[in-house]
Amino acid sequence: MPNMRKLAGRGGLYTLLGAFAFFGAFPFYWMVIATFKTDHDLFSPLNNPFLFNEPPTLDHLKVLLFETHFHTYLTNTLWVGLAVVIITLVVAVPAAYSLARWARGWGEMLGIGIFLTYLVPPTILFIPLSRFTSSLGLQESLWSLILVYPTFTIPFCTWLLMGFFKTIPKDIEEQAMIDGLSRFGAMSKVVLPLSISGVLTVVVFAFTLSMHEFIYALTFISVSAKKTVSIGVPTELVRGDVFQWGSLMAGALIASLPVAVVYTFFLDRFVAGFTMGAVK
Amino acid sequence: MTGPPVSNPAADGARAGLLDREGALAKLMIAPAILYIVAMIGVPFVLAVLYSLSDATTGDPSLTFVGLRNFGAALEDPVFRLSLWNTVFFTLASQCIVVLLSRLLATALLKNFRGKGLVRFLIMLPWTAPISLGTIGWLWMLDSIFSPIDWVLRYVGLLGVPGALLGAGTNLYYLGIPGLAISSIILVDVWRILPLATVIQLAGLSSIPKDLLEAAEVDGASPWRRTLMITIPLTLPITSIAFLFGVVFTFTDLVVVYVLTRGGPVHTTQVLSSWTFFKGIEGGDLAQGAAISLFMFPVLAAVAILILRMARRTEVV
Repeated sequence: MPNMRKLAGRGGLYTLLGAFAFFGAFPFYWMVIATFKTDHDLFSPLNNPFLFNEPPTLDHLKVLLFETHFHTYLTNTLWVGLAVVIITLVVAVPAAYSLARWARGWGEMLGIGIFLTYLVPPTILFIPLSRFTSSLGLQESLWSLILVYPTFTIPFCTWLLMGFFKTIPKDIEEQAMIDGLSRFGAMSKVVLPLSISGVLTVVVFAFTLSMHEFIYALTFISVSAKKTVSIGVPTELVRGDVFQWGSLMAGALIASLPVAVVYTFFLDRFVAGFTMGAVK
Repeated sequence: MTGPPVSNPAADGARAGLLDREGALAKLMIAPAILYIVAMIGVPFVLAVLYSLSDATTGDPSLTFVGLRNFGAALEDPVFRLSLWNTVFFTLASQCIVVLLSRLLATALLKNFRGKGLVRFLIMLPWTAPISLGTIGWLWMLDSIFSPIDWVLRYVGLLGVPGALLGAGTNLYYLGIPGLAISSIILVDVWRILPLATVIQLAGLSSIPKDLLEAAEVDGASPWRRTLMITIPLTLPITSIAFLFGVVFTFTDLVVVYVLTRGGPVHTTQVLSSWTFFKGIEGGDLAQGAAISLFMFPVLAAVAILILRMARRTEVV
């Protein structure tokens, strides 16, 4: 009898997880289907929409890759992402180290203050920032995004790195300094190599957060050739009023999956940042 | 490995000098971050407040102060009032559902089973993939003619035949009818935040000491009682944090509404962020836009305070 109960419990567990996985992933399955379906199959309301009623086709992919700006969106996203990663690292690593090592009184307040700025949403900042970037002559330029995206990567990544640096015992640096390294040398030669996983996490997040960003890109950029994937795909792959569903879904899918795979590996660390390191 | 530091006067003097220099180094290292945050978050925030008190437009961005006129105008605008209500309603409705579902899902994910990595990847997709692209998938699923949901409903006879439960029409028009459009937005909000809330809940659940639960079991506490008396109280702070972050993200989100309905049909799904965008950027009325967006601030400030309190309480646990 206990075996039966256990089996039923397992069954229930799989059903529950299956239902949630279905709910989470179905829109992406839907993208896969649309990507490879012929237009005729896609737009016949009587066809079973879950199956290929006609042989699959690569036409939508060809249109996406050769007749749209999709590859430009990808390159733009890549450039913006890389630049934001570099700026974030250059600013957040020293700040986090400083807060982790010398934080007493004011330092702790400052750390919390930096974290709180993460809660000031782009929906409040985008109007003044749009004026600001255009007064610098950066309208329709990727530089406007590179300048503004660190507003959400720096606070979050500083906070995240601070947690990492705090887990490295001070003795290690002190020993290195006794052995003749300067504080800076101890930081760059001893502490940074030890916190490489923290730095890697920051690289991943600065990049994915930049790639996910929507409001600033929508507000600052309207020229098709300068768009990033997160706004290019939803706003440009529409001819007049007609959605090119096949290519649209292909674009959404191709841009989503790689970043989702990488992000999943780092998700737990991302959450450690959210819970403010309170849960170990 | 290392002996205790030997104290002698000369070394103490050197150490004091080092500490002085370290103080300067500490400030130098944190300065760029502070400067950037002040320049790119602090100043724009103040600018938003100034815009909201002025009559600035995209055509004439100079600041002439008009007092609280923009806030008054916003409050008299029925679309604004609807946006305010929708923002609160969409957020609370979706986040209450998210808290319940994420607890259920986190409890399930706590168990070991075959294929966990894949299941986790699929469940996390709505959060890990760019939100605008995921929402585009929903736009196609909620299409007025080709929605697979309608197809299934027609297939099982709930739709599209005379006398069917959901009507004789061939489609439900999810994004075209106010009630359905509102439900669709809430559904996609739930879909989007559920993974994040789940992972936060998971962190909370796995931090409960196992021996506490085992001791309670030995003492004869039923599973219900263990949940009620141990799991829920111990994970309450972290559940609150999951809820509060969900609130922040949903409350300020533009993407779901912008991609699915653009606030339609006839403004019935308009929210503060989308109305800010349409008024302030597309309509060019910077002052009105800034005033509308600032209505979000009190809620965000309250949430920030609550998050800090909860974080302190978790640390005590």
